[in-house]
Amino acid sequence: MRVATALGKFAGGLSKSLHRGDGLVIGGRVIMAIYPGAFGALAAGRQVVFVSATNGKTTTTKLLAAAMNAAAPAVTNSSGANMPAGLVAALATASRTPPNAPAILEADETYLPTLLAQSTAPLLVLGNLSRDQLDRVGEVAMVARRWRKAFADRVASAEAGTAGTAAAPAAIANADDPQVVWAASALTDVIWVSVGQQWTADSAVCPACGSIVQRSTSPGETTPTWWCSCGFSRPTPSWRLVSGGRGAADDDALLIGPDDERFRLRLELPGQANQANAALAIVAADRLGVRPGVALPALATVSSVGGRYQTVTLGGRSVRLLLGKNPAGWSEIFGMLAPAPAPVVIAINARAADGKDPSWLWDVEFERLAGRFVLATGERRHDLAVRLLYAGVEHATVADPWTPDAAALPAQLRAAPGDGSTLDAVGTYTAFRELLRRGGGADDGR
Amino acid sequence: MAGESRLRLVSIYPTLLGTYGDGGNLRVLSARARARGYEVDAVELDAGAPVPETADLYVLGGGEDDAQVAAARTLRADGGLARAAGRGAVIVGVCAGYQLLGAVFPGSGGVPEPGVGIFDVTTDRLAKRAVGELLATPRYEPLREPLTGYENHAGATHLGAAARALATVEQGIGNGDGTEGAVQGRVLGTYLHGPGLARNPELADLVLSWVVGTDLPAWEQPDIDALRAERLAAVRR
Repeated sequence: MRVATALGKFAGGLSKSLHRGDGLVIGGRVIMAIYPGAFGALAAGRQVVFVSATNGKTTTTKLLAAAMNAAAPAVTNSSGANMPAGLVAALATASRTPPNAPAILEADETYLPTLLAQSTAPLLVLGNLSRDQLDRVGEVAMVARRWRKAFADRVASAEAGTAGTAAAPAAIANADDPQVVWAASALTDVIWVSVGQQWTADSAVCPACGSIVQRSTSPGETTPTWWCSCGFSRPTPSWRLVSGGRGAADDDALLIGPDDERFRLRLELPGQANQANAALAIVAADRLGVRPGVALPALATVSSVGGRYQTVTLGGRSVRLLLGKNPAGWSEIFGMLAPAPAPVVIAINARAADGKDPSWLWDVEFERLAGRFVLATGERRHDLAVRLLYAGVEHATVADPWTPDAAALPAQLRAAPGDGSTLDAVGTYTAFRELLRRGGGADDGR
Repeated sequence: MAGESRLRLVSIYPTLLGTYGDGGNLRVLSARARARGYEVDAVELDAGAPVPETADLYVLGGGEDDAQVAAARTLRADGGLARAAGRGAVIVGVCAGYQLLGAVFPGSGGVPEPGVGIFDVTTDRLAKRAVGELLATPRYEPLREPLTGYENHAGATHLGAAARALATVEQGIGNGDGTEGAVQGRVLGTYLHGPGLARNPELADLVLSWVVGTDLPAWEQPDIDALRAERLAAVRR
């Protein structure tokens, strides 16, 4: 194991010094090639937490790690490298933390079952499941079924008490997402949290029986409840996230605990989705012994996640970078943009990490950008242009608007003299990374 | 028909059958009809709602396996779509929405599931899932331009005597036998996502012409030409 780790670090360092990437994942792959059981060995003695979801897992991981670090050092894979090699690398390079420090790990939703099999009594933080891109074979329902089976297997082996079997996982799970609930209800130890579900289109069908899921909102409530005729229904949440209410700032939200304790969330990160991420992080930290009073101030110090929301200089303009990679994520972005008629730059790529087909652009309500000018860029800018054409949104396509010559920017995007305003740019995963790199933005964790 | 009546377009259960951006087909049809001076009522039908029988055009998109089965069972029990087809309404089905219009398709766990039965096609499983760009040469008059889109399905669709193939596959899988899509009277099925009617304006105008009973005037859009040129070049590279 020690040899494997040393070789992995050497490969990682070599990769980094040759500018062949961040080195982390390469190092993790080398370690796993030599020692396939590396994850279990490196995680031994640590409380492992896996944070998984379609959207928000990087942010929730960073918020939870910040909360835990406020009490004692924790290990985390803050780079967003969320497949097994990335997790192995994060653990292998965590030499500055005590050997029993908790490991707060973002886990790709399709790899969660594999990782689970190598972990002792992990805590799972499960946010949401929704559609990604068309080339991804893993349908939402299929991911939920795989989670459920993996969870049920662990519970069964723990109950059988076979020698050497590890304790079953516990979970902090979103009660408002039927797919998440279907999976997590296979576990016996779950804390249900209501953080809302902005995007319901991927849980229209009951995961238990295939009938159509019913939803309604009770008077005085803001979060709808859901149920199916087969009896599968929303569990009663112990914790609830509610909007701040009268007199509160727009961005404030209240988290109400099991004893009706109320905690006001004050975040640097914008938007309702990040309030939901923070709520899950606070409940997870509470479960791990870090009280909300300690966690909350730590959460408020997080202002950027992997470069998201960071402001950089591109093409002579101040540009704020946002990640928009799928319809559910985009449904949150509209509310974060500078108000209309501020123009927006949208960069669309369709490489492997983005999903190789951008049909999902048609599931995004781009009609909401009417009244603004949109610059479409990225390798699949023409797909976006056609979407904007049919949405009735004024737009232009430019292959590379960020040349040193600011004249490459259409007139609508050029800052007037003395105009210090910031332009919003939203990109798919690889397009966003490219903007971050070219703008010289910091990418915490690497 | 312009000025005489409104075109009534219905998207069938987009929360069940619209997983892959196919909801865009309704937007495309509505916008292209309005651009030619037609008034349009476009309706997105809630999952499980009765299907209005008097609309002019119905669209059904792709969906996950369980959602496809739920939609097919609801549509068979409701009967509205079959009655609309009997009156000669135009129906466009994509992927899961194409398969479920036929006699049978692979349901949950691959168990054969009866379809709505208004299209003379049957679907069983491909040996290997078809995922990627789909390019096909039309063999249905008056289509001339290559059909381009993205496919992601595990269905092998077999055409009966009453249905005709829409196109011949140049790249990709389509129906699985070298053909892509099918046409039977005023019912059209295809595996083209993208959405298919956004990537192929000629196909969109063909089904609209069935509704209005006349050819539509040109509506040139450089954005669409640029997208088609870029996609055709990328696939044929």
